Amino acid sequence: MSEIGEFEHPDEIICPGGPLLIRGNHAVIDSDGIIHHTSRPVSAICRCGKSANLPWCDTTHKALPERLRP
Amino acid sequence: MLVPKARGELSEALFGALRERPSAWTAVFDADRRDREDVQIALWALYELHYRGFEDVDEDLEWHPDASRLRHELEADFELLLRSRQRRTPALEEPFDEALFALVADHDGPSVASFVQREASREQVLELLRYRSIYHLKESDPVAWVVPRLSPGPKAALMELQYDEYGCGDPNRLHAHLFARGMEASGLRTEYGAYIDDVPVEVLEQNNAMSLFGLNRRLRGAALGHLAAFEATSSMPSRRIAAGLTRLGLATEMVAYYEEHIEADAVHEQLAVRTICGSILAEEPALRDDVVFGVETCLDLEDRFASWLIEGWSHE
Repeated sequence: MSEIGEFEHPDEIICPGGPLLIRGNHAVIDSDGIIHHTSRPVSAICRCGKSANLPWCDTTHKALPERLRP
Repeated sequence: MLVPKARGELSEALFGALRERPSAWTAVFDADRRDREDVQIALWALYELHYRGFEDVDEDLEWHPDASRLRHELEADFELLLRSRQRRTPALEEPFDEALFALVADHDGPSVASFVQREASREQVLELLRYRSIYHLKESDPVAWVVPRLSPGPKAALMELQYDEYGCGDPNRLHAHLFARGMEASGLRTEYGAYIDDVPVEVLEQNNAMSLFGLNRRLRGAALGHLAAFEATSSMPSRRIAAGLTRLGLATEMVAYYEEHIEADAVHEQLAVRTICGSILAEEPALRDDVVFGVETCLDLEDRFASWLIEGWSHE
């Protein structure tokens, strides 16, 4: 058996209390139907809904009380 | 960039030796090392030999034995100083990533960003940009030294972040270049290290700590901890600074630099904490204390800088 294992490298990572990380190029449609294209190797999608830069995370979740975090 | 101005006996002797290449560095090693600012500018210059160097110093001095010896001695003292400033941090609980975010969130220091957002004058902001330029014009370079010192898991994780910092192959998006464009549009000098003679010891310590961690393999945990704390204290403050710059009518290019960091660092803080520190600690749990040392050093040095700056501004 090979000793060189395979790493876990998911396309998406859910950050507890924070955003969803997505790797690679994607088109994200927001609630108004507008398409936003990712522009970096990994993008953070807002999950708390309070970002001032939707659909992207701007770390506003950190200012929310714990019960309002995703 | 030329060799900076000396700030005391040690830097005077060192900068003379760098420019004139005497056969023996006796004057350098005999120089008094008690002045913190003098020592820090000397150490900064020694590190700079490994980055872009100085126009008035022979490139061959990068690995000069006396320069390396002095750097090693000054680094040992500096590391002791940084460790002596660490707070007593209780052992971090599992999961480590949440504990690390909590450690940063619970830290309550003076905020340059809040001051810039609400109160700072245009002149004060330009002063801040000159101080920040020492790092931002070589943004991400210190932690780039760590890449070849890592095993595949943490190496790939760090490169995923660094690739974004370096513009994903497009120099127009490279963060240091975005900052240079902002400096130019703000009427400031854009040459690498242009304002080194103006910066206080607190800024020298911030920059030297990153080089210390980046250039010493045994401190790789501290380098990645520092990165995590830096990224985790960047996104929201960048929004405040962008708001302050807009309030003062500063150049849109400089606002754009900070706006880029709102979005980029919301990603980078997750990567730095979860995939980068997470993967190195999964492989090398013994580095946990060093990661925390890096986190605490980052937060402490920014507190020292912020206290000095805001204290000075409040008397203007």
